[in-house]
Amino acid sequence: MAKLPKPEQLSKVEYKLPGKRWMNTPVEFKEGMYCNGTRPDYLETVDFPNPRKWAPSDEDWKLPENWKEIVLNGMKERLEKYRSFRLFMDICVRCGACADKCQFYLGTGDPKNMPVLRAELMRSVYRRYFTASGKMLGKLAGGRELTLDVLKEWWYYFYQCSECRRCSVFCPYGIDQAEITMIGREILNLLGLNTDWIAGPVANCYMKGNHLGLEPHTIKSNFEFMVDDIEEITGIKVEPSFNRKGAEILFVAPSGDMFGDPGTFTCMGYMMLFHELGLDYTWSTFASEGGNFGSFTSMEMGKRLNYKIYAEAKRLGVKWIIGGECGHMWRVVNQYMDTWNGPADFLEVPVSPITGTRFENAKSTKMVHIAEFTADLIKHGKLKLDPSRNDHLKVTFHDSCNTSRGMGILDEPRYIIKNVCNHFYEMPEDTIREKTFCCGSGSGLNAAENMELRMRGGFPRANAVKYVQQTHGVNMLANICAIDRAALPTLMNYWVPGVDVAGLHELVGNALVMKGEKERTQDLRLEDLPEKEGAENV
Amino acid sequence: METKLKDILREKKPAILKRWFDVVMETYPAEAAGFYKGAKNRFTGPVGYTIHEGIDGLIDGLINEVPFEELSPLLDSIIKIRAVQKFSPSQAVAFIFHLKKIASEEVENVSSAHSAIDAATLSTFESKIDDLALTAFDLYMQAREKINELKVEEAKNMVYRLIQRQNQLYEMQGQGPKIETLNLK
Ligand code: SF4
Ligand code: SF4
Repeated sequence: MAKLPKPEQLSKVEYKLPGKRWMNTPVEFKEGMYCNGTRPDYLETVDFPNPRKWAPSDEDWKLPENWKEIVLNGMKERLEKYRSFRLFMDICVRCGACADKCQFYLGTGDPKNMPVLRAELMRSVYRRYFTASGKMLGKLAGGRELTLDVLKEWWYYFYQCSECRRCSVFCPYGIDQAEITMIGREILNLLGLNTDWIAGPVANCYMKGNHLGLEPHTIKSNFEFMVDDIEEITGIKVEPSFNRKGAEILFVAPSGDMFGDPGTFTCMGYMMLFHELGLDYTWSTFASEGGNFGSFTSMEMGKRLNYKIYAEAKRLGVKWIIGGECGHMWRVVNQYMDTWNGPADFLEVPVSPITGTRFENAKSTKMVHIAEFTADLIKHGKLKLDPSRNDHLKVTFHDSCNTSRGMGILDEPRYIIKNVCNHFYEMPEDTIREKTFCCGSGSGLNAAENMELRMRGGFPRANAVKYVQQTHGVNMLANICAIDRAALPTLMNYWVPGVDVAGLHELVGNALVMKGEKERTQDLRLEDLPEKEGAENV
Repeated sequence: METKLKDILREKKPAILKRWFDVVMETYPAEAAGFYKGAKNRFTGPVGYTIHEGIDGLIDGLINEVPFEELSPLLDSIIKIRAVQKFSPSQAVAFIFHLKKIASEEVENVSSAHSAIDAATLSTFESKIDDLALTAFDLYMQAREKINELKVEEAKNMVYRLIQRQNQLYEMQGQGPKIETLNLK
């Protein structure tokens, strides 16, 4: 029999400390930590450069001859265009306040996942080519040559950042690594270096309006299932309309809510709410995706995909728009839509037809977040709610990065949960609100092939959930993001079995007392409600 | 286990814990180890915390002869971390065996007043550690299987309603469901 190695030998993982400085340590592509390279046809669909078959682990990335020139020109152009980018390249004092704030660093311990070092990957090249001292002194001034290894390193680490902005909260200068990553990815895309998981939805969205590339009839027939389920649960037949001209409101949601589990329960919640209010609204089967994987690719691609929302609003002649529970859709709406595709002067400043509230914050974009809309309804006492129908749930709330740090939606969802659930428990302070940990799968990282990365990056989030599971028996993780609803069930299942995931409006749908409904015996998942004790708080 | 051995182990526990934790940390790249060791706040340094708490609990459990089922969750929380960290199965669990060496050395170091601890007594304790290692192997394999399952499950869940619709079509054609719908409930 072959001689077995001793435990001591086995447990010592072969690892050589970077003998040279980090700058010279070439990246090693570790399986499970990165996504597949994009198929050529996805790039062709949107006229992106250098479509070809390639794999990130290949030695040869099949780049154009002049790739270096393309990258440097790309950097130059963006340094001129975005003042923030130049500032972020110049200003870091390496105080290290951000270093241990990234969940990917916390989960992997890989120093290049420290935000400060992630930025330095690009900053070193910036110094070498765009500063006087770097041009002259090179390495002495912290500059470094742009080589193929450096490019590969960018790719590896810019796709290990979920653009979550957690680091920026702790940086005294507000340096936002998310923006550096976005620009990094944008530059990589000049060479056709996207991931399959991002480029696919981009192409589909561009052609058909949603990530899966589904056509109007498929979308509609999928809604039938949800409508039937609602009828079974409540005895009420809701009648969503599609592409209806002259409706007052266009409703745009992430497509995950139309097809995915548990997203569809959230979608049922939207429809029940709107039905109960008698809201004059329509879905669009063309603006059938709130999500925007273009924004994980380049500003330009984000803009191209975002365009359809206003275009549909115009075509249908609506007055204003409500947006569903999506994370990055809202980052785009809140930060970019107005400058990209606005001003939407053909729309009106949103006014809730039920409460009369004028949404001044949406004066410019004309698009209201459904959590704001619903919170306003509850505040004005316009909804009849029976929170005891959620009594089987002990709920905690995960702030998604985009809605919390990207636009400050922190209190509305909590206010709603407290009105529709009797059992709500916060996770520890350092892990929620502005300091929330990312699910580990944002910004298009929610593929299957990088599952180890996702589990490691998501560990800090899961760990905080585990705490409230242990201390309060929490069994439901609520959120307002479709990527969360796709990725968190996986994360929970691995780290914290026994905790399920739900969108906010699923909980609203459970609690909402609808006119003429039958006595509810099931929740929106068609699961039996536990016997209710003293159900008189209706 | 003999009371005498228990007493010595209890007395030596801080040293054992420290050494064992260090051994586990040595299995990580130096930079990561440095970080995990320094960051043991439950929420802002969850990897270091979980491993430290886990092995702390395991040592107590072994000394106090806590039933295995109670130790398993502690072990699982460590193994799950290691199962997504690019270790081979043996690398992922080998740290357990080190506890034997560390514990016996610490016991030996105790002055000769305790010299009455014979090899047989010690080996009962050591065989418990072997059992722990076997459990760790199982947990590691479970975690890896889980990762693979989750990939499939997630892909199906993302298009749950589409699968449902597809199956309904098949059923209408009298063919029965073609795609098994899994979901996370
Ligand atoms: S906190 Fe800001 S200034 Fe300090 S190292 Fe990080 S990015 Fe640089
Ligand atoms: S933006 Fe988020 S994922 Fe990216 S470096 Fe900062 S903390 Fe990490």
